[in-house]
Amino acid sequence: MAQSSSLGRRLARAATDAAFWRGLLGLTLFFLAWYVLTAVLKLPRFEKIPDPLAVLVDWLNPHATRSLFTAPYYVDILYSVARTYVAFLAAVVFGVGLGLFMGWSTLLFNFTFPLVEVFRPIPPLSWIPLAIIVLPGIELPVVYVTFIAAFFATVINTILGVHSIDRKYFLAARCLGARPLDVLRDVVVPGALPFIFTGLQIAMGLAWMSLVAGEIIAGQRGLGYYIYQAASLYQYDQVVMYMFTLGFLGFVSSVLIRRVGQRMMAWEEARRKSKG
Amino acid sequence: MSGIPQAAKGDISIRGVSKVYDPSGARVTAIEQCSFDVAAGQFAVVVGPSGCGKTTLLNAIAGFDTISAGEILLDGEVIASANKQIRPGSDRVVVFQNGALFPWRTMMENIVYGPVRQKTMSRPEAERIARELLRRVGLEGVQDKYPGELSSGVQRRGEILRALINQPTVMLLDEPFRALDAVAKSVMHEFVLELFDFSPRTMFFITHDLDEAILLADKVIVMTTRPARVKTVIEVGLPRPRSANVTGAARYRELKQSLLEVVHEEALKAFQAGEREMA
Ligand SMILES: Nc1ncnc2c1ncn2[C@@H]1O[C@H](COP(=O)(O)OP(=O)(O)O)[C@@H](O)[C@H]1O
Ligand SMILES: [Mg+2]
Repeated sequence: MAQSSSLGRRLARAATDAAFWRGLLGLTLFFLAWYVLTAVLKLPRFEKIPDPLAVLVDWLNPHATRSLFTAPYYVDILYSVARTYVAFLAAVVFGVGLGLFMGWSTLLFNFTFPLVEVFRPIPPLSWIPLAIIVLPGIELPVVYVTFIAAFFATVINTILGVHSIDRKYFLAARCLGARPLDVLRDVVVPGALPFIFTGLQIAMGLAWMSLVAGEIIAGQRGLGYYIYQAASLYQYDQVVMYMFTLGFLGFVSSVLIRRVGQRMMAWEEARRKSKG
Repeated sequence: MSGIPQAAKGDISIRGVSKVYDPSGARVTAIEQCSFDVAAGQFAVVVGPSGCGKTTLLNAIAGFDTISAGEILLDGEVIASANKQIRPGSDRVVVFQNGALFPWRTMMENIVYGPVRQKTMSRPEAERIARELLRRVGLEGVQDKYPGELSSGVQRRGEILRALINQPTVMLLDEPFRALDAVAKSVMHEFVLELFDFSPRTMFFITHDLDEAILLADKVIVMTTRPARVKTVIEVGLPRPRSANVTGAARYRELKQSLLEVVHEEALKAFQAGEREMA
């Protein structure tokens, strides 16, 4: 009840919000241009791209290989969401953990930073061979490939977050009798949170991008896997439909992270509100 | 108010203290052979040209940094010397220049932080005392706000309460009102004078505002241009309880005049030193 009324209020607010209408206009113009280029003008090269109406029709067609009305579509989504979220959560746990300690301890930072900087640029795709021979089964290598880029993005942003904390807060905490672990919990973690959440936004995006690479290995199920599958059968309507499914899931994930961040950083919200 | 007032302890003795930054490289001598005493319960204000070494001295007392020579005693115990540095602790709480309330904690959570972390009070007890303190200084209503929602004057007062609740032997204040406008500043002065009367303890207060110095201090320590040495110590001797009204007193104007003269001399030296460095 409260949920729907707050949703109603949100929609009502969105309807009077210029940003909302501009966003909608942008999307409309994009789809219109896409339709005109591919279905009306059929310009060279563009004619190879499925037109949006065809994609939509396919999406709603119960007899298509995959559509809103077929079970396998949802199985693919379920697999991909599960892989991405497991990988993302692992990136949060290990990335934030390592980043906090690296940011906090100069010793650990000196030891590990060069290592991180060498490993960070290695593309997820290039991890596939090693992931397959080292990790058992199919799901672990897929998750690993999905995880790795997100992990480094989280580590780097968490370190930046800790380094961004003004020294005076550390000193103030120690004056007030905080011991090292108190400082970690009361200063390092909350002080780094804004950067951590920026990192998590980036990490979530990277996880979705890497997922499609990782699902080359999958051999069955998953949005990425099916994109390769459909492409090899020249079903480009299905490819585009899955691309947009990925985009939508990524978008929702971003919103979720932002919500969690806002909840965990109530002080930032309060400050923003009070400063108008 | 259970406990907060009265502190018979808090004798600070600064004896021949020197501080050299970067001894193996640039060798910046911030303090040289600096000696003076602050008696328990005294309000000491340190003034001096900016960059002379006031913060350096405060950091040494707080336990944030080491000194190169001499010693600093607190109630007869050496807390800093060339080969000793005791850790920061809630007996010497610092109030920082630009404020250091934790932005991620509400005012209440900030104020009770010290006693709750050190388990010197239960949380309900600390909150009760914090509420009393807030009420006493007319700040009820801000306890659930985050610092970012409050004016810097209110933040600064909250930070002083966060220090006070620990009943520190010494409060160390490093130009705490520097960033405030004149009106907010005068509110802060009333606030500090009132708290000092209510709960006297040793205050080590840095400023470069001479009016602020005389208004608040029992004793003004004027430092020289870098390297900081003690130029003069002025006993203020204006009666307490004090309010902003003392600025009208003849004694106040006398003090201001003599303080201006000494400070001007040092400022001139600092200026000339600056000129030399530029040339
Ligand atoms: N960590 C440091 N390393 C080197 N020099 C420093 C350091 N901190 C302060 N100084 C120098 O020591 C002098 C005194 O600084 P400070 O105590 O902050 O002065 P004040 O508080 O009186 O303005 C300044 O010239 C400053 O540049
Ligand atoms: Mg200073």
